[in-house]
Amino acid sequence: MKQKMIKGTLILLGGTFLVVMLVLPLATVLVYALRQGWETFSKSITDEYAVKALQLTLLTTGITVVVNTVFGIFAAWTITKFRFRGKQTLTTLIDIPFSISPVIAGLVFILVFGRIGWAYPLLEAMNLKIVFAVPGIVLATIFVTFPFVSRELIPLMQAQGNDEEEAAALMGAKGFSIFRRVTFPHIKWALLYGVILCTARSLGEFGAVSVVSGHLRGKTNTLPLHVEILFNEFQLTAAFAVSSILVLIAVIILILRNIVEHRIKREKR
Amino acid sequence: MKHIFSFRKTLALAIALATIAGTLSGCAGNNSPAASSVNSSASAASSAKPVAISNVSYDPTRELYEQYNKLFQEYWEKEKGQKVEITQSHGGSGKQARSVLEGNEADVVTLALEGDVDELRKGGLIEDGWVNEFPKNSAPYTSTIVFLVRKGNPKNLKDWDDLVKPGVEVITPDPKSSGGARWNFLAAWAYADKKFGGDEAKDQEFLKSLYANVTVLDSGARGATTTFVENGQGDVLLAWENEAFLSQKEHPDDFEIITPSLSILAQPSVAVVDANAKKHGTEEVSKAYLEYLYSDDAQRLEGKNYYRPSNPDILKEFGDTFNLNIEMVNIDDDFGGWEKAAGKFFADGAIFDQIYKK
Repeated sequence: MKQKMIKGTLILLGGTFLVVMLVLPLATVLVYALRQGWETFSKSITDEYAVKALQLTLLTTGITVVVNTVFGIFAAWTITKFRFRGKQTLTTLIDIPFSISPVIAGLVFILVFGRIGWAYPLLEAMNLKIVFAVPGIVLATIFVTFPFVSRELIPLMQAQGNDEEEAAALMGAKGFSIFRRVTFPHIKWALLYGVILCTARSLGEFGAVSVVSGHLRGKTNTLPLHVEILFNEFQLTAAFAVSSILVLIAVIILILRNIVEHRIKREKR
Repeated sequence: MKHIFSFRKTLALAIALATIAGTLSGCAGNNSPAASSVNSSASAASSAKPVAISNVSYDPTRELYEQYNKLFQEYWEKEKGQKVEITQSHGGSGKQARSVLEGNEADVVTLALEGDVDELRKGGLIEDGWVNEFPKNSAPYTSTIVFLVRKGNPKNLKDWDDLVKPGVEVITPDPKSSGGARWNFLAAWAYADKKFGGDEAKDQEFLKSLYANVTVLDSGARGATTTFVENGQGDVLLAWENEAFLSQKEHPDDFEIITPSLSILAQPSVAVVDANAKKHGTEEVSKAYLEYLYSDDAQRLEGKNYYRPSNPDILKEFGDTFNLNIEMVNIDDDFGGWEKAAGKFFADGAIFDQIYKK
């Protein structure tokens, strides 16, 4: 009886907290977005700058996910399947973006590639622009989302050990086919999970991108930056309309994530 | 039991969704340039290659330059038969100057302070003597600092004196990063200086009690306005006159503008960023872009956007909007220029740091 009461209270508390902190604010976004009717809503999301911001966000996310997936697999493979000195250091290094504030990540790129940065004369000579241009935004996003894929893979691959790969090697399989036929089937769900998290984070990244963007409209504004601009221009409805695109993408990602999570649990059983 | 979501299916679903998102935005993106090219094909006589410039500006000028850019594009196309694409960027004035210094390649800057533009000269991007490149110290429009209070003025705030009373919550941005905030600070200082007959110790005391009443210190003028107007913080916002008018226009029933007995003539500066314009080959159009700010049409547009036109005749046309009788100090005569004022008040460890830390 007593236990039941505790259980009930906890569920109630948790539920209330969730509604107040998450559901209500998200619902507000949609309410505000549609407050002035469908026409204003569709006008805001088809606005030239909004569309360009969405394209830039999708482009950035696309590049980021591909790069981080490839490097995530490499890193996880290296760390879990080989023994070498400095392995612990490497693992720690990969985690740096988790513990660094995104603002600092952005500033680091400014200090390296900016006009006062040490790499600037070199870039100038090659006529390349990194910060305050699209490459800087992509770099900053890659930096911030760097650990997502490898973080998902490393614990799983560590738990599985090397036995199966060693057996495959003994039977004469080559590197890539070991990966494709032995390792990959074990890690595929975790990999997809990491990719999904990485996508979600890249779509929403604000801090680091804000520092390196320069806020040039139609050129270096991502969707989250565009939302801030609209908000600052007293265009509340438009700001929330554009936010609702991000919310919609987030919901889709959440559903995908749940499917994958469910599968990971089944695999473990 | 075979699960309904196999790895392949889930992956395919994810890729399909991503493709849809990409295609949709691609379509929409293709539509808009098509639409705009229809608009401009009427004047297809343009033989010259289109040129692109970027204008890095400060917070409250967003609405002004959105309209001015259209005006200038029409003018330039008629004049030279060349299309101009203008990219805007807005933020706190100091922050924006910093970004140009760090490599944000603006062709022109239109900032809140002479001092911020001068940082770019010190950084080697702008040539010496830029202040005299355009008329009136390169300030095509001016503004001043006023109070924005809630409707009915519930705390009865009439002048700078009232802001230091206990229990009054003041919103102003950080003078370290915001140009507007520096004008706010100097206007308050000028008032105190007049009141105490030049006793600087008392001036400092006055400013200290003023900043003790500041409850939110945003990094830019627009952030401070949002804090006051949208988020409902504070009793009074120290604001650019244009920013105050704009907030009042957005919410006519919620706010009142109070003009203090004394304020400061704020001269936002404009300049061509010579090094970048040279690099992009946009010197001619950049110069014309800023020169055209002094034309009658542009001056009226500035007045409509609540900036005080620098042309006295056009300023008079806006006599109903602006309080033209307000007593104003100015930076050169009363503070000995920006260089001196910045060193005395806003450098690290200078007066602002001293009163804010204590």
